[in-house]
Amino acid sequence: MLVVSTGAVGAAGALAAVSTLFVSMAPSERAKAAGAPVEVDLAKLEPGMLITEEWRGKPVWILHRTNEMLGKLGETAALVSDPDSKLPMQPKYATNIERSIKPEYLVLVGICTHLGCSPTQKLEAGEASGLGADWSGGFFCPCHGSKFDLAGRVYKGVPAPTNLEVPPHQFLSDSRLLIGDDAARS
Amino acid sequence: MLRPVMTWIDERFPMSKMVREHLTEYYAPKNFNFWYFFGGLAIVVLAIQILSGIFLTMHYKPDAEKAFASVEYIMRDVPLGWLIRYVHSTGASLFFVVIYLHMFRALLYGSYRKPRELLWIFGMVIYLCLMAEAFFGYLLPWGQMSYWGAQVIVNLFGAVPLIGPDLAVWIRGDYVVSDATLNRFFALHVIAVPIALLGLVVAHIISLHEVGSNNPDGIDIKKNKDPATGKPLDGIPFHPYYTVKDIFGLVIFLIIFASIVFFAPEMGGYFLEHNNFIPADPLKTPAHIAPVWYFTPFYSILRAVPPMFGSQFPGVLAMGGAVVILFLLPWLDRSPVRSIRYKGPLFKVSLTVFVISFLLLGYLGLKPTNIWGQVGGTDVATVVAQLCTALYFLFFLSLPIVSKLDRTKAEPDRVTS
Repeated sequence: MLVVSTGAVGAAGALAAVSTLFVSMAPSERAKAAGAPVEVDLAKLEPGMLITEEWRGKPVWILHRTNEMLGKLGETAALVSDPDSKLPMQPKYATNIERSIKPEYLVLVGICTHLGCSPTQKLEAGEASGLGADWSGGFFCPCHGSKFDLAGRVYKGVPAPTNLEVPPHQFLSDSRLLIGDDAARS
Repeated sequence: MLRPVMTWIDERFPMSKMVREHLTEYYAPKNFNFWYFFGGLAIVVLAIQILSGIFLTMHYKPDAEKAFASVEYIMRDVPLGWLIRYVHSTGASLFFVVIYLHMFRALLYGSYRKPRELLWIFGMVIYLCLMAEAFFGYLLPWGQMSYWGAQVIVNLFGAVPLIGPDLAVWIRGDYVVSDATLNRFFALHVIAVPIALLGLVVAHIISLHEVGSNNPDGIDIKKNKDPATGKPLDGIPFHPYYTVKDIFGLVIFLIIFASIVFFAPEMGGYFLEHNNFIPADPLKTPAHIAPVWYFTPFYSILRAVPPMFGSQFPGVLAMGGAVVILFLLPWLDRSPVRSIRYKGPLFKVSLTVFVISFLLLGYLGLKPTNIWGQVGGTDVATVVAQLCTALYFLFFLSLPIVSKLDRTKAEPDRVTS
């Protein structure tokens, strides 16, 4: 009895000590505080161009799509696995064909939903992309070969399970975008 | 002069007893061949890694701002720093060469069979620790491959259902691979895993010396003992016979080791990848990323399994399963004989197919999936990798049947040459 109760108390103590060590590995307060929203000026973003901004340590792409690019989304709808964005990889206000608030501006977290590589931009369609003549433009993940179209929708039969994530964002004016905060919208 | 000193020690610590039990009177089968060099070599490489590692730690800075530069500082400014670093990086790759050959030896001669199951399990845990050690170490130079390799591997844990995302954050200590991640990987690489490795190696050797070494014939030398001395007739003392043999093997090994360190330390990008000479950039993945060669067979398996039910977890499971299934080997093999010398054609074919699949997976893991072009919109290499993955698992899953059905030869009573 004495041995058992001593053992039990000892085990509880050891567990408490070890849990301290486990908890210490969680993100620090500093790491948690580093996630402030990022403001981006879109005035100089020409149609067809893409810029990368850093938000919470991750690359966020802002792509100014041309009408031609938007036209391709109809073509790729049959090739992607979640054409209507049914899975919650985007805020409600971006649950549409273009996966965006304004059709021309696509905002995406540039991290592959497979294992976190940053896909390469293969915006140009056709042979020049290196992905074959029937490529409609989009993104290609070099790590495991996942492909995404110009709305970040994942192709069928590639390792990535879901569409690229659309981060919370809102337009402060016609040419000013705020990434990481959508308080005005939701 | 020496004798009184030894007596003084022996009265306080079982020095002579240990030397007898593990060296001068540890009887190993007399028919060891080439394949028996690698256990001893693994211990030497472990020592090399620990020693060179200690001296690298004196100059390295585990800080995301400084890590990359501190490695370059070691390479350029620290006296002979380049040599110590190349020894450490070459040692890492050669550690896996030696371990894979050591493991293949066990497959050839059935060294995992009863009563050596626990010996095999200790060995497998050592292999797991080694993979962890290599993975943690690879982040430290903070190059592009370090960074994105860690990103991919940590995200493997993120694919675990329910707890995955939180688990990945906990491992990283941040929402992305960052300074916090680098700092803790450094701690694990230089303290935690090496201590575990050392303990496991001791356990591995103790259990080896408890059950005795297997041999190329796979028969038990303890069955034939000299009635007068009680020593195995086919056994010879480890020291001096095998110490001398192992020193010969070690010299050859060190010649190869030194040739790589001095003439091809990057080994054409296979030991030190080209992209790792570019500082880590969290916003840009290199155009082609691949793990270091020793992880590529498992990486290929991960890549070959398509997502199911909107999750990449099946691929992660397959990759983990490919390692875990090795643990079960002692119970999957039901052949009446241990060694391949007396096993039948079925096992030989099965093992050959397994080895080819493993090597092919390793090769494909180094290359982009489109290396062999496409047929009907599918990458040929992906299909081949899927086939090899199936064959990899088939070797293990069919082993209970293969080893039962196989036409084995009779084992000899005494070891052959």
